[in-house]
Amino acid sequence: MNMNFREYKLGSRFFALALGLSMCITLFMPSFDIGSVNATNIAMDKQLWAGHESGFSLDDPLLLGWHKPLKVLLKADPVNGQPMDPTYAYVYEKGTPLPNGVLHPDNLGSVAKKLSIDKGHILESNKNTGTVFLVRMDDQKRYYIENASATLGWTPEGVLKTAGDENTQHAAAGKSLFVREGCWWCHTLLPEQTQDWQVFGAPPMLGDFNGESPTAFGSDRKAPDILHVASRNSSKEWMMLHFFNPRLVQPHSIMPRFDYLWGPVDANGQKIDFAKWRAEYNEYREGKRITPPEVPTYARNSEIRNLIDFVMNLK
Amino acid sequence: MLKYLMARNEDIPPGSAAVYWGYSSIVWFVIGTGLGAFNAAKLAFPDFVTGLEFLSFGHMRQVHVMAVIFGWISMAFGMTMMYMTPMLGNTKLWSEKLGVWNAFLWNVGLSLGLTVLWWGMNSGREYSDFPWFIDLYVLCFMTIPLGINVWMTIIHRRTQGIYITNWFFGAGTFMVSIVLLVGNLPEYFHLTGLTEAYLTWWNAHNILGLWITPVGAAIGYYTIPKITGNPLYSHRLGHLHFWSIVVFYSTPASHHLMSAPLPEWLKSFASVEGVLILVPAIAFVSNILMTMQGKWNMFVENLEVKFTVTGCLMAIPLNMQGGFQQTRAINWYIHGTGWIVAHAHLALLGFSTFVEVGAVYFGLQTIMRKKLWSLTLGNLHFWFLLVGFTTYWVSMTIAGLIQGAGKIYEVPYIDVVIAEHPYMIARWLGGSLVFMGNCVWLFNMWMTARAGTVIPAGRMAHELAYER
Ligand code: HEC
Ligand code: HEM
Repeated sequence: MNMNFREYKLGSRFFALALGLSMCITLFMPSFDIGSVNATNIAMDKQLWAGHESGFSLDDPLLLGWHKPLKVLLKADPVNGQPMDPTYAYVYEKGTPLPNGVLHPDNLGSVAKKLSIDKGHILESNKNTGTVFLVRMDDQKRYYIENASATLGWTPEGVLKTAGDENTQHAAAGKSLFVREGCWWCHTLLPEQTQDWQVFGAPPMLGDFNGESPTAFGSDRKAPDILHVASRNSSKEWMMLHFFNPRLVQPHSIMPRFDYLWGPVDANGQKIDFAKWRAEYNEYREGKRITPPEVPTYARNSEIRNLIDFVMNLK
Repeated sequence: MLKYLMARNEDIPPGSAAVYWGYSSIVWFVIGTGLGAFNAAKLAFPDFVTGLEFLSFGHMRQVHVMAVIFGWISMAFGMTMMYMTPMLGNTKLWSEKLGVWNAFLWNVGLSLGLTVLWWGMNSGREYSDFPWFIDLYVLCFMTIPLGINVWMTIIHRRTQGIYITNWFFGAGTFMVSIVLLVGNLPEYFHLTGLTEAYLTWWNAHNILGLWITPVGAAIGYYTIPKITGNPLYSHRLGHLHFWSIVVFYSTPASHHLMSAPLPEWLKSFASVEGVLILVPAIAFVSNILMTMQGKWNMFVENLEVKFTVTGCLMAIPLNMQGGFQQTRAINWYIHGTGWIVAHAHLALLGFSTFVEVGAVYFGLQTIMRKKLWSLTLGNLHFWFLLVGFTTYWVSMTIAGLIQGAGKIYEVPYIDVVIAEHPYMIARWLGGSLVFMGNCVWLFNMWMTARAGTVIPAGRMAHELAYER
């Protein structure tokens, strides 16, 4: 065919060379740098509370928070009930996909991988029976992941029962909401290295992301960076008002209302009358009422609880 | 059009596929810009349509972006490929039937994809927001069949050489499939952490750089010489453009993550390569403008030339921004601000869209052998788009500079939000003009198909006088 012209043969070879070289530089070479990074304790904490995947996956196709781990604060030993130093444990109940560092220990980097396997017994984790994890530090101040079900005999049920609902955080389901509700179109999770230190806190380091998916940095900031928001504001009360209607606490905010995350009923099982609330709020805005209507307290199993648990973990 | 899905290839009139692609793209353009205007209204007035999950900003934003990129821009590309590739090869489209099916599957896939996105099913990865099963669909039923049709048409051409437009079409369809394959590896194989973050932007950058920009330019290389009757000013400059796109545009992906903790060498490399993007840019713009020599009257008199040259002129500020925005000295000020949103719209709504609108006008008239129904409406469309876009761009650029200042002087964030408010309203008004202009366009093209004057055999659309 006409393709046999010398120029086109030459041309397509050069094309392959050029594109191949570019891929080599932009894909192959960085993969060595990025792949050799050791996970920091921040990355371990984050991948353990956020779980295997926060975006679309077959385990949670509609991003409703199915099959997500729980982060709990333990104040007593779940096996014998003795009081102990408050400790965070990450509970993967039966059927919850295991975190990425456990499925692929290479993700943790060579040092943390070795410790997590040798001392932490992470290879003995089991999705079918459920597993409890901890983040530990060895005597040389190196962090690793520990499978507490294997080393201490902690079961998911036991840990959840000991901690109680008030110490259980649905942060992983909350992160799925962060993705589903598009918070990241306005908020970034990436303070910039050049100037954001003072207000938004320290920019993350190279090893702070191992095993996290998706990272959802956000590219387009129309609102404060919230990577460390809970360090500046840890009031769940404020968060509740702010999510129901941001203009209650910040009249100039352009953040959307997330009142629909309350679900149909409030904490007492009463039906929430959104139409009435909005009507009264409009009256308040027009100056016909002195106070805005009360924000309903959310139910323990509402989505907004998950979202607030997530935000509280952004330290 | 649907009747051709089951017809034999020989029975489908040549050009049917192009017409199907063309009208689909215009409809998506109306939908996409309508969604954009709706989103803009929400950023200006946060309580506009509130309390409904499916109409919240966070659910709608990615639907707008995907609708305009894959619906409007990429389908307009498909349209131009369906008629330019065969014409430049002095032959017929390799398979008219594949073309029709391709457009049909494209519409189906995109509707499905946008629906699941709307529902909230997304990957959390910007510009690859679709869940992986839609990504696979896009690759297998949308971009690869398009590429096959283009490549086979080029191979079966009846000319000796291959004109520059067709190099870009061939390379573009090939590269976009590779990019979609590699860029979505994090979803197919569940890659995590910085690898995921980096590949997200590798994908985004290369969709823009190896698909939207080069194919947009390729269209200009066809439209301007064809309508003005001038030969292309320089084929050598075209070579320079082509090769420098492949070499320089495929490398600076990490300039989107200049403030992330990626390896420093990678960021510095991207920063330098980014400046080199000026090489293909200048080659393209000068080539087109030089081709216009002696025919500048057509810039005023001919609608298609007006659109194409305006798009080409917008490539000048676009590339001046694009070349320097990723240098560290400038990026720290504008990163993550409305400046970037303005830049994105200068590229997609300014340069690329204007060039494609010209080609879609020209192509539909040529294939249907119908003269454009109304020049007045065509001009109205042009001015709505131009004034609307300019308002958008100016307002978002100012908003971005305010945000940048707020960022480096660490102004309390809410003060930035307050200061931006007037510009958010201006953006919404500008965007609404674009949307209204597109409604006019759809109407005009509808009337052209139904009531446009028939173009006599042997004549070209632009040789006939407008009647309205
Ligand atoms: C349309 C853009 C937009 C979206 C979408 C959005 N926000 Fe906001 N958000 C803002 C703005 C603007 C502010 C600053 C003003 C204020 O306090 O309301 C803010 C403030 C906040 C704050 C307080 C920040 C601080 O520094 O004190 C938190 C926490 C927050 N948003 C969380 C979220 C979450 C979680 C979501 C998703 C469910 C979300 N936002 C979606 C615009 C947005
Ligand atoms: C009616 C006209 C349009 C309006 C009102 C509009 C509005 C918007 C809005 C409000 C956003 C969100 C920006 C932000 O997050 O701050 C956006 C994003 C975007 N729009 Fe449009 N748009 C319009 C037309 C288009 C067209 C025609 C295209 C392309 C052909 C386009 C491409 C995009 C892209 C790529 C983004 C993402 C930008 C980013 O990453 O920051 N838009 N648009």
